[in-house]
Amino acid sequence: MDIFAQQVLNGLVLGSVYALVALGYTMVYGILGLINFAHGEVVMIGAMIALAVVSALLSVFPEMSPFLMIALAGTAAILVCMSLAFFIERLAYRPLRNAPRLAPLITAIGISILLQNIAMIIWGRKYKTVPQIFPTETFELFGANITSVQIFIITVSALLMAGLLVIVHFTKLGRAMRATSESQRVAGLMGINVNKIISVTFMIGAGLAAVAGILIAGNYSVAHYSMGFMLGLKAFTAAVLGGIGNLGGAVLGGLLLGLIESIGAGYIGDLTGGFLGSHYQDVFAFVVLIVVLVFRPTGIMGERVSERA
Amino acid sequence: MILKRSLAIVVAAMVVAGCGAESETSDGKQIINIGHVGPLTGPISHLGKDNERGAGLAVDEANELDLVIDGIPIQFRLLSEDDEANPQKATVVAQKLVDSNIVGVVGHLNSGTTIPASTIYFNSGIPQVSPSATAITYTHQDYQTAHRVMANDEQQGKVLGDYAVKTLGAMGIAIIDDRSAYGKGLADEFESAIKDAGGKILTREFTDITKTDFTAILTKIKGLNPDLIFYGGMDSQAGPMMKQIKNLGLTSLFLAGDGVQTTQFMVLAGAEGEGAYASSPGLPLDQMAGGKEFREKFKQIYREDIQLYAPYAYDATFVMINAMMRANSTDPAIYLPFLRNTDFPGVTGRIRFDERGDLRGGSISLYQVVEGKWQYVETIGGAD
Repeated sequence: MDIFAQQVLNGLVLGSVYALVALGYTMVYGILGLINFAHGEVVMIGAMIALAVVSALLSVFPEMSPFLMIALAGTAAILVCMSLAFFIERLAYRPLRNAPRLAPLITAIGISILLQNIAMIIWGRKYKTVPQIFPTETFELFGANITSVQIFIITVSALLMAGLLVIVHFTKLGRAMRATSESQRVAGLMGINVNKIISVTFMIGAGLAAVAGILIAGNYSVAHYSMGFMLGLKAFTAAVLGGIGNLGGAVLGGLLLGLIESIGAGYIGDLTGGFLGSHYQDVFAFVVLIVVLVFRPTGIMGERVSERA
Repeated sequence: MILKRSLAIVVAAMVVAGCGAESETSDGKQIINIGHVGPLTGPISHLGKDNERGAGLAVDEANELDLVIDGIPIQFRLLSEDDEANPQKATVVAQKLVDSNIVGVVGHLNSGTTIPASTIYFNSGIPQVSPSATAITYTHQDYQTAHRVMANDEQQGKVLGDYAVKTLGAMGIAIIDDRSAYGKGLADEFESAIKDAGGKILTREFTDITKTDFTAILTKIKGLNPDLIFYGGMDSQAGPMMKQIKNLGLTSLFLAGDGVQTTQFMVLAGAEGEGAYASSPGLPLDQMAGGKEFREKFKQIYREDIQLYAPYAYDATFVMINAMMRANSTDPAIYLPFLRNTDFPGVTGRIRFDERGDLRGGSISLYQVVEGKWQYVETIGGAD
């Protein structure tokens, strides 16, 4: 039984990171109808910036408190990613806002490749080690092992997701975002600065991505220039699974995808009598996605989007 | 007039180029070209450069001996090419070398480049000695031209399997591989060696080279409670994997092949890497027959330390020159049978080839991480 508990826990850790990244996809899609494929690369840039800051601080002030260090690194990463997202939107997406839908999509893929290559030039191809500034402690929970870093990941993700839901549903900015997603033209007529709202949406998504990057790098202790690509794809899958455009759906989709992958990899061999092994981990996740989409083409929580199109 | 002059220049250039391939030195020696290929640019260029230096050192030393073959004084020349560790580029430079009248080639460095290039050398009858390609396929294509001076993955997998069961006393074993040619090949050999030695494979799990999360398969493995976890793959995955093994509270031993026996593994695994075992073909440099002298000689000439395979490239070159001396010919068709019958005391140990061109009695050394460093444990095989 403790093995099952451990797999659920692994899934939750994986899933909460997917959810954080999926929120960025779903927010942008909800407002612009654009799939921002460069989002995974923003996660990677966040991890790399935080890593650079921590390494620099460690060499200059080795005695600094780890909490202050992570706060500084986190702030730097969030600021860099937010400005990056601002410029990407301003320079690459805004000029194409009224172009056919394929054009911004291809631009997004281009930005993704560009960012990966810039990161490769700056930080090299090698896997980089993330210094362990916090001592890793392991706790037991329902017979499963959980590290302090994993507890941190789940807590931070949950707080951020709750915070985002509060912003979107209970603030003036959130109301403006929801109005813009209903209709940009009408929102503009009501006195909402649509361009500003779209920029802010991109920046909030990038901030969440930066945090996700730091959490992943901290958990696995490695970072490299291509780490964002597969993660972005998985988070996009999670967003579609939950119903793209729906915030609650992104959270649900992320957590579900994490659980499916973890439990799938753990039990698929036993379930199929050894016919399929753990190399079908990813296939398993995508099969679940296809099955869900066959029965619910808009995703689990995605009714509103279908009406909108 | 102008046309005539430029025509004359072209003709002159062609004559010079034609002579360049097999000309004579100023003191009347005949020049013999030996090819060398390795990745001289890209992420593992430091290893390619290292091999090039090893082969270059051998050529320089041979030339100092004023060798005479079939009554003609000989001067060897190393033609070094860059394959960028890219299989497609490897075949291009292989053809280029064949066209430049080489009599033999030392290379390539990676298994992935050596295998496609070996077909070109075989078709042209050019003897090939790879210093460091370990994939089994290379010598299993029935090419009389293909040789290597390092133990292959089959030998390594066998030694690792025996070591796991007989020395480490592990009976229940879990295997993970990364689905690459190298990782899968090594894990397959390891698996059959475990069965032969009487061990039990509890599960075989898979990952791939883009992953850093192994918690799902490791948790499954934890439920089976193995004595040992074997990983067929590279250091970039093994480092984070080792961390997750420790974080999940697994107490199994960890064993891997030469892709993990690197400093990069130690950097990535950190304190959690402690106690991991990994193997590497050949002896540690200091235990090689001429290892210490070679290290000093190398350092004196190139002002840099040996990276990894330079002694093997050095031996590969000398094995080839030695075969030409015994055959008293630099004609590939004539000296090739002599190459297969080599018995040469190299820097890395005694070199003899079996009927496939594999190193006979190739040794495998085992290392363990102790206090953050790879410490030599023992060498298995090699005595033959």
